[in-house]
Amino acid sequence: MKETYYNREDLGKFGKITEFQQELGDKFFDYYGSVFAPGSLTAREKSLIALAVAHAIQCPYCIDAYTSDGLKKGVDEEQMMEAIHVAAAIRGGASLVHGVQMMNQVKDKMM
Amino acid sequence: MNLATLKRQNHNLADTNRQISILDDHEGIGIPSFQEKLETIGLFPLKSTGIDIFQVNVGKMCNQVCKHCHVDAGPDRQEIMTRDTMMQILDAIGGTDVKTVDLTGGAPEMNPEFRWFVEQITEMGKSVIVRCNLTIILANPKYHDLPDFFKKHQVNVVSSLPYFAARRTDAQRGEGVFEKSIKALQMLNEVGYGMSDSDLKLDLVYNPSGAFLPGDQAELEQQFKQKLLEGYNVQFNELYAITNLPISRFLDYLITSENYEDYMHELVNAFNPAAAGGVMCRNTLSISWDGYLYDCDFNQMLDLKLEDAPVHISNFDLTATNERTIRISQHCFGCTAGAGSSCGGATT
Repeated sequence: MKETYYNREDLGKFGKITEFQQELGDKFFDYYGSVFAPGSLTAREKSLIALAVAHAIQCPYCIDAYTSDGLKKGVDEEQMMEAIHVAAAIRGGASLVHGVQMMNQVKDKMM
Repeated sequence: MNLATLKRQNHNLADTNRQISILDDHEGIGIPSFQEKLETIGLFPLKSTGIDIFQVNVGKMCNQVCKHCHVDAGPDRQEIMTRDTMMQILDAIGGTDVKTVDLTGGAPEMNPEFRWFVEQITEMGKSVIVRCNLTIILANPKYHDLPDFFKKHQVNVVSSLPYFAARRTDAQRGEGVFEKSIKALQMLNEVGYGMSDSDLKLDLVYNPSGAFLPGDQAELEQQFKQKLLEGYNVQFNELYAITNLPISRFLDYLITSENYEDYMHELVNAFNPAAAGGVMCRNTLSISWDGYLYDCDFNQMLDLKLEDAPVHISNFDLTATNERTIRISQHCFGCTAGAGSSCGGATT
């Protein structure tokens, strides 16, 4: 049976999304390149942010890509895991902070 | 960690023909040949631009057995250059404008004629690079004075340190290597190496500790300088980021860890025409422990001798060597990836 979901080879074909829409694809990759170029943040800092976001959005392609990118840029294992904990803390916090809404609702409804 | 060399294990990759047959099967893994890539940029056949550097491998004996070693060096290797061969090299150098002699190994300091050879080269007015693995300085009391010896002869010390922390360094170079390397670097700093007020040059070599390419050399240098100074009060001059080439023990690692195909694809995808023009084999002559001549240390380890020039130092012919065609194979993609790679780091 043909594999249809998350084939690792597909990461290398990312650039081919332009085949179906050249103009928007080109604009995206231009933008992507500019975003990751060193600016007020270093390329290394941006790579770590990308790794954390990759885990927050649970994108296996992005996780592979930014783990490899971090290794190239000299990011160590602790830094990578700390970045992922930042993503986890925000995801967990995002659930828990809604607990205040639940509490507000409870207080509104109860005597 | 396996501490035996491929040769000692009777490993099939100890046979250079086996390595070349794996590398040659580029169609099997869906990548072009290196020759095809050079043809697309008009660089085939690749020609020498004239020799600036003699790189002499004085022997394969080493006190370490690093996982990525392209020489398959180790304590069991008995191949050591003799004084007779060194004299032939000195004769050859005398007839050239070569300014730098780059000594490598193994641990070059383990060659019994090492100090004599350095003295002879410097007396000729040539500068010497020694690729020192650092731990050799602490390996035996007879090596403890190496920093002073290097200083006396104004040797440019170039040393491998794959990371500024123990885990990655030891994973690649052996248990305890990081700690000893730091101690050796401190000893070199003490005699003036790598210090801002000194002209004694201490450079570090960064090799990735795994199946990935090196990142930006300048950024890595900045990180290394900061971490080594803050953590260990160690200073150095330049960091050379060198790509691991898919031969010998690194090839074994790639195959065993099932990273070989991905790594080759990554090298090919990162092919940089500018780096191809600046590959070090074009201005380097590599000489093996037994006096044979090669385009680079990697070709030496694959036993790819010079193609259209005399192949032994006893028959050295400067004109033919300067005009020779470089022998290429699939491992050459390692030197043309990204910012390029040479024994002096990035080439672009």
